[in-house]
Amino acid sequence: MSQFLAMGGYAAYVWPAYAVFFVVLFADFIAPLLRRRRNLRELRARLARQSARQQRTAAPPVTP
Amino acid sequence: MSRWIPLWLHKLGSPPIFYRFAGALRPWFLGLALIAGAVALYGGLVLAPADYQQGDAYRIIFIHVPSAWMGLFVYGVMAVASFIALVWRIKLAEAVAMESAPIGAAFTFITLVTGSLWGKPMWGTWWTWDARLTSELVLLFLYLGVIGLYHAFEDRRQGARAAAFLAIVGIINVPIVHFSVNWWNTLHQGSTVRILGPSKISGDMLWPLLTMMVATKLYYVASLFGRVRADLLELEGGKDWVRRIATGEVVPGEQA
Repeated sequence: MSQFLAMGGYAAYVWPAYAVFFVVLFADFIAPLLRRRRNLRELRARLARQSARQQRTAAPPVTP
Repeated sequence: MSRWIPLWLHKLGSPPIFYRFAGALRPWFLGLALIAGAVALYGGLVLAPADYQQGDAYRIIFIHVPSAWMGLFVYGVMAVASFIALVWRIKLAEAVAMESAPIGAAFTFITLVTGSLWGKPMWGTWWTWDARLTSELVLLFLYLGVIGLYHAFEDRRQGARAAAFLAIVGIINVPIVHFSVNWWNTLHQGSTVRILGPSKISGDMLWPLLTMMVATKLYYVASLFGRVRADLLELEGGKDWVRRIATGEVVPGEQA
């Protein structure tokens, strides 16, 4: 196992290369999922504000 | 649209239908990409023998070369989608073109960094301004230019059209990257794997390389589908189908 990790003395070059490959692709994959979630949350908030405004105009407060 | 385009393809261009289609297929592409990637890594890091000249350092090839291929392949897809977007003004084509750019940039960045990590022990330098390395750097800048131009406009669709134009003009760099090792005298080695004629690599090194190529292609589709879905939600924010997804009125066959 340690022989495998040593990569014939080139461990300092081989493993960082693989690390870059996986870290960059992981970030590439996660970013749009987070963006989609944020957008849906904002849209939900906007819809909630809209319906709240509609309710207010539909039923004006009764003045005593 | 013309009559020779099949109806299902025409329907697939509609954002809500593509959103559902991409959402259903994305996990499959991702799963297959992970399986193929794991097999390729096992073949490349464990089964394949060390190189007679480069020792174990050559094992960077199993991510460097597939990433480089993807950098060019994704550019091709982006340019074709850009052309379709400019000519027919199809929203989905714009999304595919603009969401391909970050993926291509990621692969090109990986190519440059892994190449640098490979160049240091083999050539004795991290970087040299030769034809292959310089044209690959230009490829990265083209991707970044497309991304930047897209986001520089207030109106997204206007930005997409400007960036699509840049993407089409920049396609000239793709053959330059590919043939740079033949056209100029360069430190970078020539093509190892060739479609025409025998490849200059032994079989137990070739199959992990080709498997990784398949894995990166599958990954690209999965990543693109995820990105286009996010993009369509933004572009169609006011539409009824997006509201239904936002409020959780889940359509049958649709996952949140």
